[in-house]
Amino acid sequence: MAAKTGTYTLINAGAISGTVTDVTFTSIPGTYTDLIVVVEPTAGSLADTAVQFNSDTGANYSRTYLTGNGTTASSGRNSGDTRIRLTYYGGTSSSNGIQIIHIMDYANTTTYKTVLNRCSNASYGTDANVGLWRSTAAITTVKVYCDGGGNWTAGNIKLYGIEAAK
Amino acid sequence: MSITSAKSGATGISLALDNNYMEPIASTLVGSGGVATVTFNDIPQTYKHLQIRWIARNASSNSTDSFSVNFNGDIGVNYAWHWLYGTGSSVSAYGTGSQQGGLVECTSGAGAASGVFGGGYVDILDYANTNKYKTFRSLGGADANGSGGIFLMSSLWMNTNSISSITLTSNAGNFQQYSRFSLYGIKG
Repeated sequence: MAAKTGTYTLINAGAISGTVTDVTFTSIPGTYTDLIVVVEPTAGSLADTAVQFNSDTGANYSRTYLTGNGTTASSGRNSGDTRIRLTYYGGTSSSNGIQIIHIMDYANTTTYKTVLNRCSNASYGTDANVGLWRSTAAITTVKVYCDGGGNWTAGNIKLYGIEAAK
Repeated sequence: MSITSAKSGATGISLALDNNYMEPIASTLVGSGGVATVTFNDIPQTYKHLQIRWIARNASSNSTDSFSVNFNGDIGVNYAWHWLYGTGSSVSAYGTGSQQGGLVECTSGAGAASGVFGGGYVDILDYANTNKYKTFRSLGGADANGSGGIFLMSSLWMNTNSISSITLTSNAGNFQQYSRFSLYGIKG
């Protein structure tokens, strides 16, 4: 097997300044296999993170989560939702929630889209999530936003493409 | 804030990603009729770690299922694994030893709605080292809008050989069409 040089390609990056509630990546090329969103924000107020794709605000999303807070582990889900919720212990003004979001096989037009992520907030807990967007459309737009009225005030949100071997 | 074209330098977690620390080795997209196994052979020994990324669905009547992992064709009872599993309503932990393969969760099964494919990634650590047993870990899940699960797993292959081939075997019928498995090398 011959390896090919270069997998992670930075598609877009945004440095957060001021008070920001959402970051939207548009015109995402369909030339990669998976997408990775790295969220390194400073929360201005409680900032749980969610994503929507292709401006779809319908109840076409769901997720299952696994979380632990140092004392208790628990699991739950959100079904028929209007976004994929990606944090259980999101960021707060005193402790950030760092996330790496994997959007699997985003450009295929045959399957629903599965999203995985882990979020770590050192002061509160850690969680892992799997989400589903019930659409076979290729993802061309990713909106990452603060759910529940929170906001970010600093940090970065970056979108990468991962290319599989041809 | 909408971003359409900006690129900027790297900070924090992103630094390793920006340095292109991962390279594609091989990938397979399952065709019509499905396949029971996927094998990556002749794996280069020039990386520090390996990663397999997947979306997959098999013939299980459940909404989630799994696949087994074997290295270098070894199907002896030389594997062990543990999981931490979120069902959507409770959490369970389980471990077992002396298995004929490592385990990775999860795929979706035929019990999930059409179109639902589980996904995840598994890191195979220090795979070319000839002095220690091999550990691999995964995050995988399948959500099916009212069912499904998420898994954090670790497995052990009790062998000091370097890994030159990896076989993934569906644990319920075939991997179905449109399942995809991609192997990457991670630089040290």
